[in-house]
Amino acid sequence: MTAAPIHLAGERLQLDPAGALHWPAQRLLVVADLHFEKGTAAAARGQLVPPWDTRETLARLTALIRKYGPRTLIALGDSFHDASGATRLQHSDHAQLLALGRETQFLWVLGNHDPTPPEGLPGDSVPEHRQGPLTFRHQATPGRVMGELSGHFHPKAHIAVRGATLCRPCFVTDGYRILLPALGAYTGGLDTRDPAIATLFPRGGRLFLTGRERLYSFPFPPSRRSTATTAPP
Amino acid sequence: MTGTLPERFQRWFASRGWTPRPHQHAVLAAAQSGQSVLLIAPTGGGKTLAGFLPTLTELAEAPQPGLHTLYVSPLKALSADVARNLTTPVTEIGLPLTIETRSGDTTQDRRRKQKETPPNILLTTPESLAVLLSQPEAASFFAPLRRVVIDEAHALAGTKRGDQLALGLARLATLAPGLHRIGLSATVAHRGALRAYVAPDAHIIEVEGGAPPEIGMILPQGRLPWSGHMGLASAPDILHAIAAARMTIVFVNTRAQAELMFQELWRLNADTLPIAIHHGSLEMAQRLRVEAAMSAGTLRAVVATSSLDLGIDWGGVDQVLQVGAPKGVSRLLQRVGRANHRMDEASRAILVPANRFEVLECEAAIAGVAAHELDGDPPRPGGLDVLAQHILGCACAAPFHPDSLYAEITQAAPYAQLSRADFDATLDFVETGGYALQAYDQYRKLFRCSEGLMNIRSEQVRRLHRMNIGTIVEAPTLKVRYAGRAGGTLGEIEEYFAGQLTPGDTFLFAGRLLRFLRLRDTTVEVTDGGTGEPKIPAYEGGRMPLTTNLAARVRAMLNTPALWQSFPEPVREWLDLQRQRSVMPGADDLLIETFPRGDRWYLVAYCFEGRNAHQSLGMLITRRMERLGLHPLGFVATDYVLGVWSATEPRDLDRLFEQDLLGEDLESWMDESSMLKRSFRTAAVIAGLIARHYPGQDKNRRQVTVNSDLIFEVLRKHQPGHILLRATRDDAARGLTDIARIADMLGRIQGRIHHQRLSRVSPLAVPVLLEIGRENVRTEGSDDALLEEAALIAEATGQAEPPPFRPKPPAPAHRTRPPAQGRLFG
Repeated sequence: MTAAPIHLAGERLQLDPAGALHWPAQRLLVVADLHFEKGTAAAARGQLVPPWDTRETLARLTALIRKYGPRTLIALGDSFHDASGATRLQHSDHAQLLALGRETQFLWVLGNHDPTPPEGLPGDSVPEHRQGPLTFRHQATPGRVMGELSGHFHPKAHIAVRGATLCRPCFVTDGYRILLPALGAYTGGLDTRDPAIATLFPRGGRLFLTGRERLYSFPFPPSRRSTATTAPP
Repeated sequence: MTGTLPERFQRWFASRGWTPRPHQHAVLAAAQSGQSVLLIAPTGGGKTLAGFLPTLTELAEAPQPGLHTLYVSPLKALSADVARNLTTPVTEIGLPLTIETRSGDTTQDRRRKQKETPPNILLTTPESLAVLLSQPEAASFFAPLRRVVIDEAHALAGTKRGDQLALGLARLATLAPGLHRIGLSATVAHRGALRAYVAPDAHIIEVEGGAPPEIGMILPQGRLPWSGHMGLASAPDILHAIAAARMTIVFVNTRAQAELMFQELWRLNADTLPIAIHHGSLEMAQRLRVEAAMSAGTLRAVVATSSLDLGIDWGGVDQVLQVGAPKGVSRLLQRVGRANHRMDEASRAILVPANRFEVLECEAAIAGVAAHELDGDPPRPGGLDVLAQHILGCACAAPFHPDSLYAEITQAAPYAQLSRADFDATLDFVETGGYALQAYDQYRKLFRCSEGLMNIRSEQVRRLHRMNIGTIVEAPTLKVRYAGRAGGTLGEIEEYFAGQLTPGDTFLFAGRLLRFLRLRDTTVEVTDGGTGEPKIPAYEGGRMPLTTNLAARVRAMLNTPALWQSFPEPVREWLDLQRQRSVMPGADDLLIETFPRGDRWYLVAYCFEGRNAHQSLGMLITRRMERLGLHPLGFVATDYVLGVWSATEPRDLDRLFEQDLLGEDLESWMDESSMLKRSFRTAAVIAGLIARHYPGQDKNRRQVTVNSDLIFEVLRKHQPGHILLRATRDDAARGLTDIARIADMLGRIQGRIHHQRLSRVSPLAVPVLLEIGRENVRTEGSDDALLEEAALIAEATGQAEPPPFRPKPPAPAHRTRPPAQGRLFG
C-alpha cells in the first residue's frame, strides 16, 4: 500500500489508500467517521445486520496504527454511530480499544452522531482541535479555511471508465482543506457532486479514490452555480 | 363433463347471443364436484369468466356473508379490469354479491371497511395477500373462504412472487380447510410442475389453441447488418407497418432499445401518428396515461418492453411487432397474443430482426411457434429469503408452533423439499439474525413462550414488517425530475448510470432528450434539450438469454442446408461462405475456430447456450487459459458464441474445455462477482435484513440503512456459512449463471470438439468480433485495473498528478494479467 504525499498549509502529509491521513512530522494519524456500533443501532430499529462491523472497523484501525505507529490518533467525529454507542461495545472490542489506547493517544473530535465523549474509553474529547497550522474538526466550515481537515460527508466519487462506472470512497482537497473518507465498515457515502460537498470546493480540486494498493487521483471540476443544502449523511 | 349452469345464467348467456364454451362448462363441473382445476387456454378464450362461474353460480344459489372467493393476479391493473368485467354479468343477472379490489393503492378507509364487512369476492395481488395474512384478524377474515382463483399462474410459478403466493395459499388452506383452487394459465412447457404449483390434485382442463398466429418478417433495407441489436435501420418499415394497422404494439428487448426506437420513429414520423412509449422505469402516472390512451383507441402505436407482456385486454390492438431477437417461443407467443384478443381470429405479428443471426433466430422462432414447441425452465425450488419474510408475517398474525408451521409450509409446492434444518436455520435468522455471535439477543424479533409458540416481540417489529412486505427488488435508482419548483418526475434511472453523468451531458429518457443539470440527494435534475451525442440509460438484467429450445433450432437449421433456400439471400450467401471458408457447427459437436488477427489470437466457440451461460464460461475459460500460460486478454459473449482473445495461440482445446472446468474456479469466482452482490441485496431486502421503508422515513434514509454491499463483505468474512449467503449462492447458481447449461454442454462435447484452425476470421465469427468493444466492460474483481486506466489517461492529459515514483525490486518472471473484457449479466 503506497501512501500519496500531499502538502497543506506548508505541512507534508500522507494520504493512505486505506482511507486515513498521516502527518509524519507530528507522528499523528487522522481517521474519520468510524461509526462504531452502527450494527447494533440498526438492530435496535429492527434490522439485524451482521454484528461484526465494529470488529471490522477496529481491524482497519489497528492495521493503520501498526503501520504508522502514531503518537496521536485523531478521530474526526462520528466515531460512534450514536451517543450511547460506546456502552454497547462487545467485551472483546472494548478490550481492543483499550489496548490501542495504550499504544497511542486518542483524541476524539465530537461529531453530530456522537456529541458527547465516549464512555469508558481512553483519550480526550474536544469539539475541535488545532495543531500548528492545521485545524481538525468534524464538519468543514463554509468559505475558505486554510489547513482544515474534516470528515462528516463520507465522500465517494464515481468515475466512468470504458462505459462502466466505478464508485469509491475518496479524499477531496483543493489545497486549502481536505475531506477524509469514512473508515467505518458500515458507512455509505455521499456523491462528491452533491451540492453539500461541491459548494465547499467552488474552484474544484482533486479527488483521491481509495484502491487496494494505491490511491487514484482525478480532477474535481469546479461546481457551477449551486446552492447548498446540507444534509448530514 | 358438463357443469350445471343455473337457468338465469343460461338466459343471460343467450341474451348476449353467447353459448358457454366447453371449457367453461368443464371448469364448472369440476368445481361442483369439489375439485381444484388448472385451466390452460390461450388468451381471449373467456378464461377469466370460466374461473369465476363456479363462484357466481354458488353465490347465486346460496348467498352468504363474508369472503367467498379470492382472486390473485400478478398485476393490480388486471384486478381492476376483472372487477369491471365481472360487474356486467353480476348486475345483469342480478346477483346478490359484493366485489372489491385490494392493492397497495387501496385507501386506509377502504381497507378498514373491507375488514369490517368483507366482500364476497376480493381481487388482489400476492403482496396484498401477504399483508392481509399478516393481520391479527386473518384467521376470522379468511375462515369462510371457499375458493382461490390464481390468474396468469404461469407468470407466477417459479418466481419469488410465486413463492410468496404459494406460501400464502398454504396458509389459506390451514385457515379455511376445504377450499379449492382454480389456476388460470397460458399454454406452458411444464404442465406437471404448474399443476403441482396450483394444487397437487388439480384437474387439468386444456383448451387447444385457437387460430394459429400469422407471423411475418421485415428485413432492414439495404445491407443486412452483421451485428447490433437495436434494429433502428428498420424504423421506416416499422412506421409503414404502423400506418397500415389500427393499433400496434412495437415490442423491443430492453428499455434502452425502447428509448432509441421511439426517438427514431418520431424522427421519421412525418404524419405525426400518435406513438407512445411504455417501460418499467417510467413514472407510473405516465404509464397509466399511455394505457388509458390505448384503451380509448387514441394511439396508433406504443413502443414497449416486457412491461406490456402481461396485462389487460386492449381490444383495439390488431398488430404486434417484435424488434430484435425473439429469444424464446413462449415469450414470442405471449407477445403475439397481445394482438387480437379473440381466440378464433389469428393474431398478426411481424418480426424485425436487427442482424444476421437474429434472422436465423426469427426463422427458428416462427418454426417453433408453428410446431407449438414451448420453452422455459421448470420452476425452481422456493427461496429461503421469501420463506423468512413469510415466517415473520405469520408471527405478526398470531403465535405459531414451529412444527405445525413447518408442516404447513411443505404443503406449498416450491417448498415441498424444504429440509427441517433449513427451516430451523431460517426461523433462527428471523428470530435473532442467525449469527454465530449472539449479539442481538436483546433485539430479537420473536420470542418463544412457555407453550413453545413463537411470538412477535413488539408492535414496532410488526409495523416495520408490514411496510416491507413484497419480493420485487429493483436495483438502486434515482428519480429523474425537471429542475425548478414545479418540476415533474419522469421516472427512475439506475444509480450506476447516473454516476456516469456530468453536468451538461444529454441522455434519452421517457422519450425525451434531457440535459443533466445536477444531482441532488436522490434526484437527478434535468431540463429539456441540449446538444451532443445523448447517452442511453441501461438497466441491469435488461437482457434475457436465448432459450435452449430456440438455440437447438438455430443449430439444427445451420445443419440443414435444404432449409436455407427459404432464407433471405444475404443470409444464404453468408452461410454458404462459411461452408467454404470453415465448416458449419455440427449437430452434436462443439466447433471451435482459432485464428490470428492483428497482434492477437482469437478463439470462437459455437456453444449456442445463451449469453449468460457464455459469460460464465468465458470467465472460467480465461482463468484456465491463464493457468495454462496462454495469456488470455479478454472475452465477449453473445447468445450464440463465446469469443476469447489471447496473446498466444490457443492449443490443447480438449484440456481447455474439460469437464472439471466447473469445479475448481466456480466458487471463488462467484464470490467475487458483482452478480452475487446483486443477488445478496435482493435476498437481504426480501428476508427483512434491510428495510426499504421506515415509519416516518425519507429524510434520513441514509442514516438508517446500511448498504448491502458492505453487509455482504462483512458477513462473508465472518460467517461464510450464514443462511442468507447460502440462499444468495443458490439463487445465483440457478437463477442467473446458467451453470446447468454449461455443465450439460461440457458433458455432451467431451471427445467431440471440432477444432478448426484458420488463417483468418470466418464469416460466422464476424458478428462476435464486432461485439468487442461495444460491450460494457465490468471486469469482475479487477476494478482497480480500470481505475488504473482512467488515472493513466488523466495523468497523460495533465489533469492529474502521477503517483510517487518508487522503483520496485524485479518482479517474478510470470505476471498474469486479468482478462480485460467481459461483463457478467449486463
